[in-house]
Amino acid sequence: MPKIQTATDRAVPAKRSTSGTFARIARYAFVRGGTLLITVVIGVYLAILIANGGGYVDQMRIGQVREKISLQIAGNEALRDMTMQERREYEQRLVDLEIQRLGLDQPFMVRSFRYLWNGLTLNLGSAEYMISDSGSRQVRYILGERLGPTLLLMATGQLLLFFSSVFFALFLSRRYGTVLDRIVVAMAPTSAAPAWFYGIFLILIFAALLGWLPFGGMVDAPPPQNPWLRALSVLKHMVLPVASIVISSIFYNSYYWRTFFLIYSSEDYVDMAKAKGLPSGAIERRYVLRPTLPTIVTSFALTLIGLWTGAIVLETVFGWPGIGRVTQTAINLYDTPVIVGTVVIYAYLLGLTVFLLDIVYAIVDPRVKLGGGDRRS
Amino acid sequence: MNKIRNFFEQLRSYPSAFAGLAVIVFMVCMAIYAIIAIPYNEAVRLWRGGDNVWLETPRNASPAWTNYFRKDKLPETIVLKTTEDPSLKTVVPLGGGVSVNDMVFTFDYHYDGFPSELSMFFTSTFKSARPNVSIKWITPDGREIRLTDMSIRNSESYRISQDNSVSRRVRGLAPEVGLFADPNDPSKVNKGTYKVVVEGLVFEEGSTLDGSLVVYGQVHGMAGTDHRRRDIGVALLWGTPVALSFGLLAAVGSSLTTMLLAAAAVWFGGWVDNVIRRINEIVMILPTLPILIMVGLFYSRSIWAILGVVILLGIFGSGILTYRSMFLQVKESGYIDAARAYGASSGRIILRYMIPKVIPVLIPQFVAQVPNYVFLEATLAVLGLGDPVLPTWGKLLNDAYTNGALFTGHYYWVLEPAVLLVITGLGFAMLGFALDRIFNPRLRGL
Repeated sequence: MPKIQTATDRAVPAKRSTSGTFARIARYAFVRGGTLLITVVIGVYLAILIANGGGYVDQMRIGQVREKISLQIAGNEALRDMTMQERREYEQRLVDLEIQRLGLDQPFMVRSFRYLWNGLTLNLGSAEYMISDSGSRQVRYILGERLGPTLLLMATGQLLLFFSSVFFALFLSRRYGTVLDRIVVAMAPTSAAPAWFYGIFLILIFAALLGWLPFGGMVDAPPPQNPWLRALSVLKHMVLPVASIVISSIFYNSYYWRTFFLIYSSEDYVDMAKAKGLPSGAIERRYVLRPTLPTIVTSFALTLIGLWTGAIVLETVFGWPGIGRVTQTAINLYDTPVIVGTVVIYAYLLGLTVFLLDIVYAIVDPRVKLGGGDRRS
Repeated sequence: MNKIRNFFEQLRSYPSAFAGLAVIVFMVCMAIYAIIAIPYNEAVRLWRGGDNVWLETPRNASPAWTNYFRKDKLPETIVLKTTEDPSLKTVVPLGGGVSVNDMVFTFDYHYDGFPSELSMFFTSTFKSARPNVSIKWITPDGREIRLTDMSIRNSESYRISQDNSVSRRVRGLAPEVGLFADPNDPSKVNKGTYKVVVEGLVFEEGSTLDGSLVVYGQVHGMAGTDHRRRDIGVALLWGTPVALSFGLLAAVGSSLTTMLLAAAAVWFGGWVDNVIRRINEIVMILPTLPILIMVGLFYSRSIWAILGVVILLGIFGSGILTYRSMFLQVKESGYIDAARAYGASSGRIILRYMIPKVIPVLIPQFVAQVPNYVFLEATLAVLGLGDPVLPTWGKLLNDAYTNGALFTGHYYWVLEPAVLLVITGLGFAMLGFALDRIFNPRLRGL
């Protein structure tokens, strides 16, 4: 979901770094990466605290242990002769042992750090109900095998969105005031609706009414044997979700970026370049695009973060077998370990996104100082 | 006063702002109407209802107005009740407590489509001997089709459309089709006046027998019905106050606190500033939606609990940095120094001098944020984490989706809540965009 940002200036006077660009970026990346890692650790810990708030998850796990053991005992022929009293004591002993084995008897503060370590090392435990396509109950595999489709869909959608928005915005800033420009300005508020919402309409039109494209899924059933045909089939299934990602944000991004281009094209140095007789392409690249790129990257970062979480519903709507779809299934099945696992994965994905964008930012904005994200004051 | 007039002068040059404002006013009126017409408890009862509340509405019926756009008119529901129209029933005592209770349900059927279901409901009071009924169906061309004989308990329902023996008597067609079909062309409706004759016998003094006939249609009301026979209109209407209050409260709550925090961070500086900025960095990494999902699963699905968490998570984010940079400029202003010189307290300076200065920037942001939150509620509902009792637009979408409305062609079920969401979202977004351009001198004219 794009958030409205007001056009605040970000002119920060700074000394040019004397060392080379590469060294500057490497140092910057190292510091930024470190800060972000700490942030991710705190984020995951918070997620664990929320997930276990009030000891609810512990209660649930102890309940499961008890149920499992009492079922074992009831089904065990050898224990039939025991009296009620003996059997109850035996059951209690087994439950206590199991609780000790799982470490559930330790105070929560101790356990929370073990959970944290497990979470950070992606040792996410085993699911309660869900099974991965390869037959494993490990949350790591359940989520791991779905990471690919999510990355495929989101990366395609986001890259397409970014480049089409930039070029469209440049195109519009050249044609400022035309009918097309005004249409885009008028259409900008439509970006208030998230991608999945446009997905519903696209499915309605192109799948239900026209029947041109599939309702959802990732590949035809049964999947074609020929790898080329299979790729084509995946491509066909990607059209609608990618289209809804692009449609949901392109008008706002184009409008917002075009406004920035316009503001920067009225700078004196652009007039100077025009007076020198530079071709308009060169003016755009060197004098308009270059100074606005940091702003554009920042605004795109916000779109990206919105899209990541938006993916959960987008994948649900399109039946795309990614992390989002797993999350939705886990919600319906009430599979706690999987849900906590997705939160951890999402924290990593967001951290990674912010990190990559910071690097890109450092490349496009030579003013960035080595100070760990402090770009303003 | 002059300032306000000036503002409206400027607003005049943005027709989209007026369109947005009109939409918002309309939505607010609809919300107020919803709360007055269907009180909260009634709305919850209707939506949880189940079969007892929605006994006489068809399943998955399209809105009634769709008939205007089609050549072959689909039937609406016909309900005939002896309790409401006593002339349908004639009671003839035979002596000894026994009496004949005959009921004749007569109705005209001129639609081009077949009904979706047929049912009869009976109620009776008796001490020990159950009343008996025998039911006949008389078509417009005078054919008589025996339906069934049965004895009636205190309350009895006879689902004609599920009676296989009736189906056998009408050449193996489904009863609701076979009973209405033209005998020469079973795909056509035999239009005319139908009669359902119930010959009832009660065996005790003071024992009563009442019945009703429901011919379920294929269209219903303004909005149609869902898979549980509920009138979608109830949820559409009640979704309005829920969506508006969720969106507005979340936007007000988070943007005001954001602003206060940013002002405090700038004013106090030092470690306060640092702490707030570090927290901000962490919260930006926190995946909002998965956390809301966890809260919804482990704590409470109530929309108000979710609202609280949304505000808490919404406080931090990019907004706080924007405000911070604005406050940094404000702090250097001369009048802040003047306030400090006369000994104003920190609270006074923040609340009376700093915040009013950035309010113009806040308003467009705040208005433009409302749709984000309206859609967030819908997003959660689509994931199956909607409020457990309240009908909302998102829950309608979720119901429609889980029941495959797009596959089965019940498009109205998806489109109605979606269109309302779009209209609400666009209304706020258009107003917010226009306000942003009015209050932001740099954007003016661009």
